[in-house]
Amino acid sequence: MRDQPFALNDPQRAAALSSAMHRLVPRDRAVKIVHICGTHEATITEHGLRKLLPDQVHVLEGPGCPVCVTPTSDIDAALQLLDAGVTVCTFGDMLGVPGSGRTLAQARAAGADVRTVLSAADAARIARSVPQQVAFFAVGFETTAPMTAAVLVDDPPSNLSLLVSHKLIPPAMAALLEMPDTAIDGYLAPGHVSTIIGLQPYRQLPGGGAVPIVVGGFEPLDVLYALTLLLRQIATGVSSVENGYPRAVDAEGNPAAQRLIERVFSPCDAQWRGIGSIPGSGLALREPWEDRDARTRFRIEGRAGDDLIPGCRCADMLTARAVPSDCPLFATKCTPSTPVGPCMVGSEGACRIWFRYGGRPIL
Amino acid sequence: MTPGGRCVEATHGAGGELAAQFLAEHILTRFPRTKTGSIGLDALDDGATLTLPAEGELVVTTDSHVVKPVFFPGGDIGRLAAAGTINDLAVMGARPLALTLSLVLEEGFPLSDLATILDSFAAALAEAGTSVICGDTKVMGRGEIDGIAINTAGVGIACPPISDVGFSPGDSILVTGTIGDHGMALLLAREEFHLRSDLRSDVAPIWSLIARALEVGGIHAMKDPTRGGLAAALNEMARKSQRTIDLEENAIPFRQDVLGLSAMIGIAPTDVANEGKAILAVAPNKAAVVLEALRAHPLGRDAAVIGTVTESHPGRVILNTTVGGRRFMEMPLGDPVPRIC
Amino acid sequence: MCLAAPARVLAIEGNEATVDYNGIRAVARLDALPDPVAVGDYVLIHTGFAIRRLSPDDAEETLRLFDELAAALDSEATPSPRQEPDTAHEV
Repeated sequence: MRDQPFALNDPQRAAALSSAMHRLVPRDRAVKIVHICGTHEATITEHGLRKLLPDQVHVLEGPGCPVCVTPTSDIDAALQLLDAGVTVCTFGDMLGVPGSGRTLAQARAAGADVRTVLSAADAARIARSVPQQVAFFAVGFETTAPMTAAVLVDDPPSNLSLLVSHKLIPPAMAALLEMPDTAIDGYLAPGHVSTIIGLQPYRQLPGGGAVPIVVGGFEPLDVLYALTLLLRQIATGVSSVENGYPRAVDAEGNPAAQRLIERVFSPCDAQWRGIGSIPGSGLALREPWEDRDARTRFRIEGRAGDDLIPGCRCADMLTARAVPSDCPLFATKCTPSTPVGPCMVGSEGACRIWFRYGGRPIL
Repeated sequence: MTPGGRCVEATHGAGGELAAQFLAEHILTRFPRTKTGSIGLDALDDGATLTLPAEGELVVTTDSHVVKPVFFPGGDIGRLAAAGTINDLAVMGARPLALTLSLVLEEGFPLSDLATILDSFAAALAEAGTSVICGDTKVMGRGEIDGIAINTAGVGIACPPISDVGFSPGDSILVTGTIGDHGMALLLAREEFHLRSDLRSDVAPIWSLIARALEVGGIHAMKDPTRGGLAAALNEMARKSQRTIDLEENAIPFRQDVLGLSAMIGIAPTDVANEGKAILAVAPNKAAVVLEALRAHPLGRDAAVIGTVTESHPGRVILNTTVGGRRFMEMPLGDPVPRIC
Repeated sequence: MCLAAPARVLAIEGNEATVDYNGIRAVARLDALPDPVAVGDYVLIHTGFAIRRLSPDDAEETLRLFDELAAALDSEATPSPRQEPDTAHEV
């Protein structure tokens, strides 16, 4: 029943890698591995992989949830677009994230034209089919930005604009390393972001030479393999960038996708909810496409929003300083149907993923 | 609405001559004149009667069906309504005696669609060896109801009735076939994923399958994993009984295309409805024979033992994953939303 | 954040491919791929776009890497520091 060639999940190999990890791990201290990808957290939690890890190894999700790190000012901008009569197209899990006041879902319930899409191409399709202005809420990391760019270079309808909220992973990795109490022993780098960007951005991380970085894939064995490579580096006192996902990642990345991003966007400073401003971590439309920027087209004023919510520990989840069960609101006051913070709303959020799979790291 | 085709009209539900003609043309032609007691359907009396057997308990169940779309790959609302009620009786251990059929129709609903739906309903009843003994038809104005709603009540005899909590540590947990087929087929039919496949609903009445298991004996509990899927049904069983259900992921039967769709849209097949499957908790010394009996039946070919009842985590369901990990299987969050990125 | 599933290419028309994932058929854009794909190749798809071409041999090759690492570490001794480890696993 399960003869899929790329379903890499046989328990014998998992046990072999688990044994290797148990032999490699330092006896006298804990090891903290941070990943920046909700899909890594989902793979780990869905397959119960923490049971196979040595007790001293802790794997935490950092800011790997693009919806969770979208600042309230971006959501408020989307709400302002709706007030101006613009149809806003967005990914589904963005609907429930609160801005300064309402969520997009609440705006829709009150009659605003919010549409759920699966891709930027869907937003362009919608724009072609309606007379009014349509804005695509362009959220996502480097895996998703090329698709937004592809739509823009492919003769999009004139009534389509972008509310750009794309973010870049390597600057966030650098920012976490600079924070005082993150204590990261190694990074599990996101596989499909790396398919796009390759390995060079990790080699160039300021402060990056201090920690091992291994790119990992998303099958259960891919994750165990990458973690084993990380522990081997830690055991030998080595810190380098290793490609643990060579079938999907080349050192130079995907040049066509990179060209699409570079043609349409340039890096800019960006606000990450729960972290603050990270230099060079966002994307802004280049001059030839400035008229496609929804903020410019509709004269949206940027207003800094209140990103943090009293009692909510999302900021600590996003900086890999806590796990969901450390938050007293987790699974008590804060649940998917009554979320307090964005980490319980975003489908890539650690809290939502942990709630989904039982709320405990090890069973 | 089919232009030029015949449609449901307000008078069809209003009593009187036209309603009687409707009944004669659409209902009485389809359901044999089964008599479960002295007064049957064909008497068109105010009610019908059932003569109760000497032994056993009467089991009653009811359901309303408003599925969208009305016609879906593998079935329609008629088959769904019939199978749903028959299967509710079956997992209580009850042989179906009779069903009621109440229709609420929108004025303008195409009679050809209604004919197809009623044919499906009748065919499903025939598969389970039962029939309709009474019912009702109402028509609401255009726009006052969306197409069609069906309510059924089912009556059966169980000897003895089987609950969904009567199991004990050591019992084996079985499912009668592949998991998630109906829910995934409907997601494909309903959502604009731009995905296509041959995936069909598993909707089917399973009384004859369950009867085989009951003949073997040792069935301590049963449940049908409809809305909320296998995960919801097992969690309800665990919570109500305060036992633990410990599952082997590798043993749960899934179709390849269901797994494929699940990987593409991020919705677990254990979280979506099944309409032709049952969960059984079986005494350990009977599990192998029950499994053989299920697999010998056309609807049970993929039956499997998927887990055991234990006491380690009262009220919880635990999944031992294929790769060797372990985690809770939680109650699903509600209507599944596809996860994209 | 990378829900990307590897699907087999069934047909190609312009900048779109019809792909199959275990019986589920979808259409994926090819604009973001550096090299052309052929029918029978696998592609990783993310939000409707192919981001990487894979061949069926890649799965076997990957399993070989897993086995090599497990075998290399299958000893009591701590591995000695290695030379230029960031070139060892690059393609």
